[in-house]
Amino acid sequence: MPNQQITLQLSGLEPVYVTPESNFINIGERTNVTGSRAFLRMIKEDDFEAALAVARDQVEGGAQIIDINMDEGMIDGKEAMIKFLNLIASEPDISRVPIMIDSSKWEIIEAGLKCIQGKGIVNSISLKEGEETFIALAKKVKRYGAAVVVMAFDEDGQADSYERRIEICERSYDILTKKVGFPANDIIFDPNIFPVATGMEEHNNNALDFFKATKWIRENLPGAHVSGGVSNVSFSFRGNNSVREAMHAAFLYHGIQHGMDMGIVNPTMLEVYQEVDKDLMTFIEDVLLNRRPNATERLLEYAETVKGDGKKREIDLAWREESVENRLAHSLVKGIVEFIDLDIEECRLKYPQPITVIEGPLMDGMNIVGDLFGSGKMFLPQVVKSARVMKKAVAYLLPFIEAEKNGKREAAGKILLATVKGDVHDIGKNIVGVVLGCNNYEVIDLGVMVPTEKIIRTAIEENVDVIGLSGLITPSLDEMVTVAKEMQLANLNIPLLIGGATTSRVHTAVKIEQNYLNSQTVHVLDASRSVTVVESLLGHKKELFVNTLKADYAKLREHHEKHKKAKKIIPLSEARKKALQLDFSAEKIVRPKNLGTTVYNNYDLNEIKEYIDWTPFFQTWELHGKYPAILKDEVVGEAAEKLFKDALAMLDKIIDEQWIEARAVVGIFPANSVGDDIEIYSDEKRTDIVHVSRTLRQQSEKTALAPQLALSDFIQPKSLNENVDYIGGFVVSTGFGVDEKAKEFEKDHDDYSSIMVKALADRMAEAFAELMHYKVRTEIWAYATDENLPNEDLIAEKYIGIRPAPGYPACPDHTEKTGLFDLLGATEITGVALTESLAMMPAASVSGWYFAHPDSKYFGVGKIGMDQVNDIAARKQVEVDVMKRWLGTVLRD
Amino acid sequence: MHLIEKILGERILVLDGAMGTMIQRYTLTEEDFRRNWFENHPHPLKGNNDLLSLTRPDIIREIHAEYLQAGADIIETNTFSGTTVAQADYHLEHAVYDINYHSAKIAREVCDEYTKKTPEKPRFVAGSIGPTTKLSSMSPDVNDPGYRSITFDELVVAFKQQTEGLLDGGVDLLLVETVTDTLNAKAALFAIDMVFEERNLTVPIMVSGTITDQSGRTLTGQTTEAFLISVQHMPLLSIGLNCALGAEMMRPYLQVLNKKSPFGVSAHPNAGLPNEFGQYDESAEMMGEQIKQFLEEGLLNIIGGCCGTTPEHIKVISDLAKNYSPRTAHLDKTHA
Repeated sequence: MPNQQITLQLSGLEPVYVTPESNFINIGERTNVTGSRAFLRMIKEDDFEAALAVARDQVEGGAQIIDINMDEGMIDGKEAMIKFLNLIASEPDISRVPIMIDSSKWEIIEAGLKCIQGKGIVNSISLKEGEETFIALAKKVKRYGAAVVVMAFDEDGQADSYERRIEICERSYDILTKKVGFPANDIIFDPNIFPVATGMEEHNNNALDFFKATKWIRENLPGAHVSGGVSNVSFSFRGNNSVREAMHAAFLYHGIQHGMDMGIVNPTMLEVYQEVDKDLMTFIEDVLLNRRPNATERLLEYAETVKGDGKKREIDLAWREESVENRLAHSLVKGIVEFIDLDIEECRLKYPQPITVIEGPLMDGMNIVGDLFGSGKMFLPQVVKSARVMKKAVAYLLPFIEAEKNGKREAAGKILLATVKGDVHDIGKNIVGVVLGCNNYEVIDLGVMVPTEKIIRTAIEENVDVIGLSGLITPSLDEMVTVAKEMQLANLNIPLLIGGATTSRVHTAVKIEQNYLNSQTVHVLDASRSVTVVESLLGHKKELFVNTLKADYAKLREHHEKHKKAKKIIPLSEARKKALQLDFSAEKIVRPKNLGTTVYNNYDLNEIKEYIDWTPFFQTWELHGKYPAILKDEVVGEAAEKLFKDALAMLDKIIDEQWIEARAVVGIFPANSVGDDIEIYSDEKRTDIVHVSRTLRQQSEKTALAPQLALSDFIQPKSLNENVDYIGGFVVSTGFGVDEKAKEFEKDHDDYSSIMVKALADRMAEAFAELMHYKVRTEIWAYATDENLPNEDLIAEKYIGIRPAPGYPACPDHTEKTGLFDLLGATEITGVALTESLAMMPAASVSGWYFAHPDSKYFGVGKIGMDQVNDIAARKQVEVDVMKRWLGTVLRD
Repeated sequence: MHLIEKILGERILVLDGAMGTMIQRYTLTEEDFRRNWFENHPHPLKGNNDLLSLTRPDIIREIHAEYLQAGADIIETNTFSGTTVAQADYHLEHAVYDINYHSAKIAREVCDEYTKKTPEKPRFVAGSIGPTTKLSSMSPDVNDPGYRSITFDELVVAFKQQTEGLLDGGVDLLLVETVTDTLNAKAALFAIDMVFEERNLTVPIMVSGTITDQSGRTLTGQTTEAFLISVQHMPLLSIGLNCALGAEMMRPYLQVLNKKSPFGVSAHPNAGLPNEFGQYDESAEMMGEQIKQFLEEGLLNIIGGCCGTTPEHIKVISDLAKNYSPRTAHLDKTHA
């Protein structure tokens, strides 16, 4: 058979491997009604939420597999097993681990096997009922795709000596591997852990026999594993957790030494062998290994002195210390319902009205969930869980909301939701339902695969205010078009919402809206937006909302038409073949005079002023024309002149009174290109890579000979010999002090001056960047020492080399800023920081790279293909979705 | 040893492309889905593509032939929705056996014609077993996560019926595909194993899962690796991935299978991702570029196409595949 494995492979949502090298595998024991009275009570009282919390707690506490047992006379074990396993399947943070289905009744085991999608373990089968039954059950286990625990038990009873243990295990092994064809690695023996220190002499070898049998199994039955229920061993010390835990630690220590590779334990209460008190350990080991005749008496005596609760369990409840809003968000994101009533009650008392708890913290939390889901950081089952937490929270609040309305709860509107015909995906739709329900809308959910006629009929009968269609698979897009057409034919006049993963604004605008002119169609991006959209559609501002939307959609259609005719893009692999090949011979590369960073604080503002490019300044004020001609312009000349005068007056004050401070850091480093990447090194040895800049390459189709550029083309490719090239970077700012000044003006209601000071600071920052570039060319790098260009020529970029900025056409990837800033230590040195959207703070700051090659030039990357997004995401080791978001504006859709 | 198992180690086998995309090229009416079989059926049937094997066998035959002509070694029967579970949407549970039997028979006949023409390139029929329309390990109701709209037992009954029809119609292998919920797939394998035992025969089985997005998980949350482990109890011909992703995005997960799978590895990606109109517009050449990468890396034993792919795509793929050796990792794979 090809699938012979030397490892036991198991799975929940994620894989678990039990290899000869892997450490001991913990199997959580607490979801067991026979072993935990608390768990039994939860199941009896149908409190499955609490039962799930026990399971989650174990996984969080380190269980790599969880054992589940529902064998209790007072409950319907089969039903409880099915229910619990189905609930666990909806809890990804539990179901990520494999399940051990534990029962003495085959009926319960089989019911459990029909519920788990991963490869679990059956616990257990044995020769107790004879060989025939054993074989029949083993065959079934195999067909269900599970591993199996085999108890050392046969027709004559449970093995209680070393000899009986190995005899039964060997016989079982032979039957399984030879007669059933069961993979040896999927066999786990449980050679019976029995209590020790019971006071009965025949029990003195219980632990030792287990250890010896374990060793024998591992040496003689290739592939097989050994497990056992560890708590049994300390049965005599019930009530004395200190001793029990120490005993478990000692038992595991020796068990593992003998080859025990799995065990059913309470992972959250495991004591570390080395941390057990030395004396206690000696007494315990005397008992386990049966080292002296009076071992039991000595341990019992000593045990009296160490009574206690044992190790206090430490689960990470740090998040409970945070604000109630953060706690709610945590519960929503993690899908934890345990604390929700408590936290919601706290919120209800804190917020003015119960409804504001929903609109505020709960919606904020759901937005986080939406974002995480959108960026691929949460997956479907988790989102479903979050929705449930939300529902529970709202359920808690509803009575209060109703009470406030004197018992009369009037719905804000009636919404019909349906997943269209042919589609079974409804989770997104359900979340929309929950969210709308939370916002006091009455939701009529028709479910999935809803035929058009039913949607229309219900809409009429129920007199709904809005119809929402959802779908995930792509054919649903067409189905939605059909529904829209039918709604028009049926002469409905009800707004139509479109949502679901494959839907888009463009599709809605181009394909749906025009088929249903009776009323408005709106694409709703995600559930969190559904409320605002519905409110807009039903509120008094409907007309404005609809008109804006109509105009937007018309524009989208127009744009789409044009777009279709736009230029083609070529695959990245093709574009790379057309990279620019520059000459990197010695005379083209100048070794910088100063390597490393140079810092400027409080730079002379007067000097900077000389480098200002005034044209954009006028654009800020919506005066269009080139400086200085604009001052004489027929139309705007007068206004421009006045503005210019005010500007110069304020600029003088800015400089004289030191309103702002100019700071800069520039750095030059050895660098070489590797494909589209630029490796930047700490020194000339070029071995220590301090940063890798990932550049984007043009993909718009060009003529045969025109190169497809990337910034990396301007840097010498890394080769085995003669690596001599360099790159520079800079961050400059004239923004320190600007905001304070602007606020002062605003306080005086002087908006004009407030805008002015910001616009001037922006110009100064650009000027400072120009000045720094000049310094770099002539002094710091000094590759153009004889340069002597007037300001107009600087503005016209007539100098040698370029200084492209991340976020601008040659380098549209904003995320490159992070690396640039780190490379220069910019934030520490200048105080210029990056926001989470990678905008620079303060605003009047400029950053960029320096390229010195005489043939380097500014260019625009233009539209790129998804292949490049994938490629750069892989190179940067970030998620593609994240990269796709950053590059959304340049991505050709 | 089945013939295909032997060939699998010698060269890369090409699976056919999309059936639905090809059917869309014909402009079919409701009548086409009823002809001679369901004239008086009280529910609309248009869109139930599996029925065409009965009502318009000429079309299905033609599509199979086009794929074989393009170079496919394996063609899939037109039975993606051929279970009582999926057909219940159309109230056609009773047609399931006919659908599977006749679909298999048509594919068998066309295949045999081509094998006759080029005996050095034998062609195979894979009985397509889709995921059905229901999930057995996830609730359709947010407020009742413990609820299931279908049980394992119900699925086993449905898959067993489908398997029997396919085998009777003469398929060479079975393809459990587009696995979104591994528990459904396990039910299919369970049913297949039952039929094998009852009939005392085996045919090679391919299993192909669907990784829904860049999270790298199936719809029900399993990682590629966990999925592989969960279906490994059956001796499979191959395990692979299809649908949801284009070739490029599928690559990291195929690399996982390449590394871990003790079986052959297959892929039948979509022609890229759907654009905003739900159309797949990756050209045969673009797809070929990406698939070339897989082949260079030696990731695959079987390669074909899913949504949006056409005989043009399969032609490009088939021409490419000739130049590369198949993945051999599974042949000497004795441990993970």
